[in-house]
Amino acid sequence: MVDVNSPGASVNPAEQAGHLDPPPRMGFFTDTSVCIGCKACEVACKEWNLVPESGLDLLGMSYDNTGALTANSWRHVAFIEQPRPVGWQRTPPMVGTPTGPPISPATAEAGAETTVDLGTRPGLPPAPDPAPAGRMADGTQFLGMPGSELPGRGDRDERTDLRWLMMSDVCKHCTHAACLDVCPTGSLFRTEFGTVVVQEDICNGCGYCIPACPYGVIDQRKDDGRAWKCTLCYDRIGAGQTPACAQACPTESIQYGEVDELRERARVRVERLHADGVPEARLYGDDPGDGVGGDGAFFLLLDEPEVYGLPPDPVVTTRDLPRMWRRAGLAALTMAAATVAAFIGRPS
Amino acid sequence: MAEAHPVGFQWVMEAKRRGAKVIHVDPRFTRTSALADTYLPIRAGSDIAFLGGVVRYILENELDFREYVVAYTNAATIVSEDYRDTEDLDGLFSGFDPATTSYDQSSWQYEGNEGDGANDTATERDSAAGLRHESHGPPVARQVMRDETLQHPRCVYQILKRHYARYTPEMVERVCGIPKERFEEVARAWAANSGRDRTSMLVYSVGWTQHTVGVQYIRTGAIIQLLLGNMGRPGGGVLALRGHASIQGSTDIPTLFNLLPGYLPMPQHAQHPTFDDWVTSIQHPGQKGFWNNARAYAVNLLKAYWGAAATPENNFCYDYLPRMTGDHGTYQQVFNMIDGKIKGYFLLGQNPAVGSAHGRAQRLGMANLDWLVVRDLFMIESATFWKNSREVETGEISPERCRTEVFFLPAASHVEKEGTFTQTQRLLQWREKAVDAPGDSRSELWFFYHLGRIIRERLAGSTLPRDRALLDLAWDYPTHGPHAEPSATAVLREINGYEVATGRPLASFTEMKDDGSTSGGCWIYTGVFADGVNQAARRKPGREQSWVAPEWGWAWPANRRMLYNRASADPEGRPWSERKRYVWWDAEQGQWTGHDVPDFEKTKPPSYRPGEDDVGVAGLSGDDPFIMQGDGKGWLFAPVGVLDGPLPTHYEPAESPVRNPLYGQQANPTRKVYERPDNPTNPSPPEQHSEVFPYVFTVSRLTEHHTAGAMSRTVKYLAELQPEMFVEVSPELAVERGLTHLGWAHLVTTRGVIEARVLVTDRLTPLRVEGRVIHQMWLPYHFGAEGLVRGDSANDLFGITLDPNVLIQESKVGTCDIRAGRRPTGPPLLDYLADYRRRAGVDGHYPPVVTARADDDGSDDGTDREA
Repeated sequence: MVDVNSPGASVNPAEQAGHLDPPPRMGFFTDTSVCIGCKACEVACKEWNLVPESGLDLLGMSYDNTGALTANSWRHVAFIEQPRPVGWQRTPPMVGTPTGPPISPATAEAGAETTVDLGTRPGLPPAPDPAPAGRMADGTQFLGMPGSELPGRGDRDERTDLRWLMMSDVCKHCTHAACLDVCPTGSLFRTEFGTVVVQEDICNGCGYCIPACPYGVIDQRKDDGRAWKCTLCYDRIGAGQTPACAQACPTESIQYGEVDELRERARVRVERLHADGVPEARLYGDDPGDGVGGDGAFFLLLDEPEVYGLPPDPVVTTRDLPRMWRRAGLAALTMAAATVAAFIGRPS
Repeated sequence: MAEAHPVGFQWVMEAKRRGAKVIHVDPRFTRTSALADTYLPIRAGSDIAFLGGVVRYILENELDFREYVVAYTNAATIVSEDYRDTEDLDGLFSGFDPATTSYDQSSWQYEGNEGDGANDTATERDSAAGLRHESHGPPVARQVMRDETLQHPRCVYQILKRHYARYTPEMVERVCGIPKERFEEVARAWAANSGRDRTSMLVYSVGWTQHTVGVQYIRTGAIIQLLLGNMGRPGGGVLALRGHASIQGSTDIPTLFNLLPGYLPMPQHAQHPTFDDWVTSIQHPGQKGFWNNARAYAVNLLKAYWGAAATPENNFCYDYLPRMTGDHGTYQQVFNMIDGKIKGYFLLGQNPAVGSAHGRAQRLGMANLDWLVVRDLFMIESATFWKNSREVETGEISPERCRTEVFFLPAASHVEKEGTFTQTQRLLQWREKAVDAPGDSRSELWFFYHLGRIIRERLAGSTLPRDRALLDLAWDYPTHGPHAEPSATAVLREINGYEVATGRPLASFTEMKDDGSTSGGCWIYTGVFADGVNQAARRKPGREQSWVAPEWGWAWPANRRMLYNRASADPEGRPWSERKRYVWWDAEQGQWTGHDVPDFEKTKPPSYRPGEDDVGVAGLSGDDPFIMQGDGKGWLFAPVGVLDGPLPTHYEPAESPVRNPLYGQQANPTRKVYERPDNPTNPSPPEQHSEVFPYVFTVSRLTEHHTAGAMSRTVKYLAELQPEMFVEVSPELAVERGLTHLGWAHLVTTRGVIEARVLVTDRLTPLRVEGRVIHQMWLPYHFGAEGLVRGDSANDLFGITLDPNVLIQESKVGTCDIRAGRRPTGPPLLDYLADYRRRAGVDGHYPPVVTARADDDGSDDGTDREA
């Protein structure tokens, strides 16, 4: 188990996993500022990796009919429609048109109601009660549903501004990967490229990895019980090829390469966007000092991570295990000592 | 563009990365809008008002690139004193004949050349004659009067200024629903980014053409680009993004009823009885420009068709060519099928039951044939309409009694055969076959070659004259492989052309002879097989050559990557600016040079002036960059060639909820209408009852699907991305009509009713037009009755009304009603529609084509239109 109590040190996860003289760590930099939501990444991933279809359901979540990252969707393009500005638009798109308020709570409620079973677990469970979505859509609480508003921004009479954010989500290939820590069979392993891969022929379907993932990425297929997720196209990169999604991306929103180099590229891109008047641009998952030791697949976002449905401060779920084990051990020792003491101290 | 051309959009993103500003104007906020710097919602069908406003903005503020405009456009040319503008005639130009609803173009001509306008415009409309101008301008006189001070009241510049004087920002706001400040922002940016040092590009997709004024939309864009000096220069131009691969190729080597390869017009039965009549009509003796060599192009084509049988003595088998007798366009054919006049039909890679306007007419037509051959990758709606369609539901088609025998033949896809794609830059790119086609799937080339072979074998020995055209064909392509696949390379070589005696491939169309000693299937493609090498197969990476990349594929004509690039240099032949240097005159070498193949005679100096008697190419001056135009100039004003007016004018769509705010003439007076009971039109002002269909709808594509859906609704990974037919409405319209997100709604027109799931989205907005709130909705047109995901077809809502120039249907804007809930099914559906028609008063009634006041005497036209 890795020592995650000294964050900040840039570690090579492949070396830590015991690979001798590994090649450079490889990963994705997904620049959402140039994503056009074409979903070529989703299709290319499924074609290459023979991922099954994930349901013919109209979800009503803008143009997102995939819903989430699941065992049957290893890339997921999120679409976020919101009545608020995006950095580069100079004039609000709807200004001067006879618009009314943003889409209603009733609409958000209807959207939540259609969350359907995608045949994966936990996947996207059907919402038992759509009413909260409606309550939240009036601007008091952000839900991440299309049309919902951020706190304090729901008091306009008219829509003037509009942004449509798109983002291709994927397994983060954490530096400190809890899924890998908890896997009892060794099915999940760290490759020489520093990525995290499930070996489907070893997975026994125990499902421990699922609650362990701080991003909710890894998922089981209902029919075979095994866990499935992005492999960063282990078979392709091993042969010197680019992963299918990055190869298919027409606008180079998904960039594949050495993580160190990608981090530098991302830093330059953020600076450029800041200079171009997009102060909201920020990186997510690039910091080796964060709760998972930095992600092998990191992102450039145009707002807070919550807007995209990403956890703001992910922490490797096994972070506290060593301490917990130490404490449990200490408690056991104390108990044992007390027991021994009790026997020793017993009058003969 | 991001929505329908995501791969091409990478270059827009690349430009944006380098600081380019992206402006997007669209009725709905799309994936393109999401990435654009500026987005403007516009009322569908009002684009000429918008662009006309830009023209006025440029002229009023004198922002045109004056030196370019004076030298390279017809701005200075004087127009006949007989000419009357739409400003004078309430929306009509002079020469209008209400009996034929077409124009006598005599009064539109340049001063002193009024005779050039004596064209049979009604016949030209029926044969979509405008299409032939893709490779060359229409003829005009050589000698014209010019006033280079642009002050003459009848010079084109002044006519343009008067024509657009009322297209003010306020008028743009009234017509398009775009707030005037926002409009001015776009006009300002466009003009500011044009001139000596900068150029702007106008990019449109083919939805822009699908209007009753589609050609004039693009004309307006071209006028702006000419005024700003954005034509023939790097970073400029008007760029058409095609609907699918090789649409450019399918007009160059056409799949059209009115054209032969290389834009040679198909002969007319009455007008072109002899070869000489036909060639002379193309050639226009005495005209300037390259079209003067039309005889050679025609002879070479006939030689390619009939080989040794084509001789000077028999006029190269001209009499074998089919003749046009009128309108044989795809929509006329549909009506002919309904009327029982057409017995058999081939469909190749086309799914009209879903993809063409007026789906019901399409299906009823195909259900009334003797036989139908469908070649496609998948079992499409156009092959199963007889057993699975709306009309089967309503009882209009009975599977037991439907007389059409359908032959479905599986086709090979583009990766399963070799050949070329020609894209919008006229670039031919060769593609290799990647995999064998599965099962019985075969290429189109295989199908037609062997069909021809078998028919010829059946006819062998026939002495009937009617069979000669088939038996004399040069039908001798080498084949290979187990299925005897004809060689696509051999076909490309035949298209390129060769010397008959030696077989040497021609290097340029200038080598084509009119005596039968050369043969070539498409003159504009000559050079693609120069030196016996497949030039289209060249794949030299961009980093190993100049930024123009002349060694990637091959572009017609003559591997020229940008047309009219003489305009990238000033009249003296110097680059307009260092930044925009492209092609220039090298005085020392005495020739044109630059980054691209100069689109000009290589050694003709800028100072060259033609003599009085020079015709053809010699008739063009050294500073006439638009060499395919009769006068060598870019046309702000089109004296011929466009049937609905020399200048684009805002007309409302054939179906509109509002009265034309600019003229008494409501819609395009020359539009092609088919007044039949099975093709009713929703009422528009000034007619009554337009309120029965109060909303505007428009249709287009989703990234996830392709056209009529045969290649995407059948593929699970694509089908799941957009699994249901839906309609996008604004929250405001949802409230007005009680529509709920993801609930059902149905849309109604006089032709059909379809149902769809509702997506309520802030990306749609109501617009204020003429003081009224106009709601627009948007639908994808991909859905049909077959495939993994199915749904009603948006094209069932449209009727058939066409642009007069190229006979394209108005299928991007219409009026409709929308109601919550699902549509009726079965026979009650017909009753439901009949009730709408009754309320709209359209049974047996067709809207008047002419609504302009006959003369300008101020008589009331019965509307509340402001003066």
